[in-house]
Amino acid sequence: MGRTIKIDPVSRIEGHAHITLHLDDAGNIDDAKFHLTQFRGFEKFCEGRPFPEMPALTARTCGICPVSHLVASSKACDHLLSVTIPPTAANLRRVMNLAQLIQSHALSYFHLSSADLLLGMDADPKSRNLFGLLKVDPQLAKDGIRLRQIGQTIIEMLGGKKIHPGWMVPGGVSGPLSEESRTTMLAMIPEGLDIAGRTFESFKDLIGKFPEEIDHFGNFPTMFLSLITPTGGLEHYDGFFRIKDAEGKIVQDRVPLEECQRIIGEAVEPYSYMKFPYYLPMGYPDGIYRVGPLARLNNCDFCGTKQADQALDEFRALQHDRPVSSSFHFHFARLVEIIFGLERMKELLESPHILDTRVRARARGNNDEGIGVAEAPRGTLIHHYKTDDEGLITWANLIIATGHNNLAMNRGIKQAAEYFVDGNDLQEGMLNRVEAVIRCYDPCLSCASHAFGQMPLRIELHDCQGNVVDQIVREG
Amino acid sequence: MTHPPVASNPGPKVRVVTLKIDDHDVGARETDSILEIAHANGIRIPALCYLDGLSTWGACRLCMVEIEGVSKPVSACSTTASEGMKITTNSERLKRYRRMILELLFAERNHVCSVCVSNGHCELQDLAAECGMDHVRVPYRNATYNIDSSHDLFRVDHNRCVVCTRCVRVCDEIEGAHTWDVMGRGVNCQVITDLNQPWGDSQSCTSCGKCVQVCPTGALVKKGTAAGEMEKHDDFVPYLAQMRKRQ
Ligand code: SF4
Ligand code: SF4
Ligand code: FES
Ligand SMILES: [Fe+2]
Repeated sequence: MGRTIKIDPVSRIEGHAHITLHLDDAGNIDDAKFHLTQFRGFEKFCEGRPFPEMPALTARTCGICPVSHLVASSKACDHLLSVTIPPTAANLRRVMNLAQLIQSHALSYFHLSSADLLLGMDADPKSRNLFGLLKVDPQLAKDGIRLRQIGQTIIEMLGGKKIHPGWMVPGGVSGPLSEESRTTMLAMIPEGLDIAGRTFESFKDLIGKFPEEIDHFGNFPTMFLSLITPTGGLEHYDGFFRIKDAEGKIVQDRVPLEECQRIIGEAVEPYSYMKFPYYLPMGYPDGIYRVGPLARLNNCDFCGTKQADQALDEFRALQHDRPVSSSFHFHFARLVEIIFGLERMKELLESPHILDTRVRARARGNNDEGIGVAEAPRGTLIHHYKTDDEGLITWANLIIATGHNNLAMNRGIKQAAEYFVDGNDLQEGMLNRVEAVIRCYDPCLSCASHAFGQMPLRIELHDCQGNVVDQIVREG
Repeated sequence: MTHPPVASNPGPKVRVVTLKIDDHDVGARETDSILEIAHANGIRIPALCYLDGLSTWGACRLCMVEIEGVSKPVSACSTTASEGMKITTNSERLKRYRRMILELLFAERNHVCSVCVSNGHCELQDLAAECGMDHVRVPYRNATYNIDSSHDLFRVDHNRCVVCTRCVRVCDEIEGAHTWDVMGRGVNCQVITDLNQPWGDSQSCTSCGKCVQVCPTGALVKKGTAAGEMEKHDDFVPYLAQMRKRQ
């Protein structure tokens, strides 16, 4: 008798979703699907609004990644204004974007995933969380909280607010950086780098314990999409698109950001509200690619800062002859990016013009179509707007970082389920592994559905008629 | 506007009266409104449609006060003082009414402060805070009003308009252009430019921007402002009004 197992909601991710595992008569995995069940239609709200409101408006898509939306939206508005913003403004936006990267990666690694890694995938779910972590490794838990706080503090100092700072505006930023804030920010960076360094070292000791997870947590060939600097370096704010294939061959390079529609298509599936972007020239679903920290490190030729470049060498050593293919190594890539973020932020804050007061270009809407692209912690984020002659939004489309990974997440849970789940003897640890695959990608479903959501988890086994035959429920 | 400023235009022979506002003994000219007397004596009465220097409109009713011996509250901006009046500005009943008025204003159109260009510099928002209106008990109408962005410099977003008519009065009484007027009734009431033509096509508008500066909310704004960036300055109004009178 064929059956379905449902994991609902998936826990320790940002948003609300569930997983169904479909079993065949013999109890083996037949298929697996990741369902996003909420929908807000944020793009519709934006229609008719004046475009300068878009950064603040779209930042409300999400309480987790508002800064990423501010960056992409402000850039789309710069495009509508047809201006080149003052270099200091661009650098200040970069600082905020990196601060967001650091705090978000810290949240993902320390708060959401390290419990699995330290306590084990089969540990009692009651203690397999941040509180359990505090008991076994209080230093790591404290480090995570502190690192996150460093990122949050920098965001707050720039934007005046931790969660929804309104300081990034069309044409630049609304105010310059003060000497005093710069000094305070710079003073936190060595501590951040200490934490990042020791976490990276301890993580490398841990990964030896997870050979099976590394092999089966979304370990398959896909392309990778990310931004790169004009010289091929790691980039989070601007630059060009690069796409590499699973063998490491560059498929597309130096694609201008405004040309995203030439390389990215979006498909929809009836079982999820999250769209399925794919590499357009290869069609759907063959054009599967991954974005985010794993893709960025696979794609770039170098990071461009000292410690991060050393860490990048170690990342490359995970898989010598080709890009790193296991989604388990998103964690590894995240830790490398935290190091990079801190080093790069230091460079930017120490650069001679960072205190310049010219931080905004003024213009009216000069284009009726604007595209803004940036790397959010979870991957490439695209805001695309069209306006009428008077600057009111007539159409908006947001391609969300998490969405790009949708195909890969679905394939990843199937692979993990096939390997770890025995439908005839359902164990919590098996299902936790399936969920942990999703956590590797650190999806933000709040963004992906443009929907509000909080979460806990339910896993259901269905027979082939769709009747629930078994279930595991736990609170979020 | 045809009617002259009601309360702030004393004739040659005005009598002086004494009255009590919230237990303060105050003296005033009998042509002064209760609101003016209170403000001159440092007693705060919430007000929205009133603006010093413009004619009195008396539409919002936020300034209502109680007069001893009068059963219904009266609007302080449009009621003149008389000898021996005993006025209460802040009873529980008045507080309740003011909160209700504000709730109705918030529910009528779309006030999502967090993404509004006037966030942090809005009189409606400040009044809500002052009067303790922390939530709205009537259902939001969620109606969509239009936005006219056709003017080169300014924009009107009727979603944020409270129909206080300050823009209408300043344009007529101070600038002398009378570009703005009022059309429709009830929830469909809205301010219009010329004969309900796009603002950008207006023949009468001089683009002086006075209406933008006196608008208490995010309804009239300078173009290009992002969330929270629209700060307004209406202190020029009483000064210009004085200058007009001298002529
Ligand atoms: S006009 Fe004032 S009350 Fe209305 S949304 Fe804007 S800030 Fe809020
Ligand atoms: S546009 Fe502003 S000033 Fe004019 S009536 Fe509306 S709220 Fe009042
Ligand atoms: S201020 Fe008196 S009625 Fe509006
Ligand atoms: Fe998000």
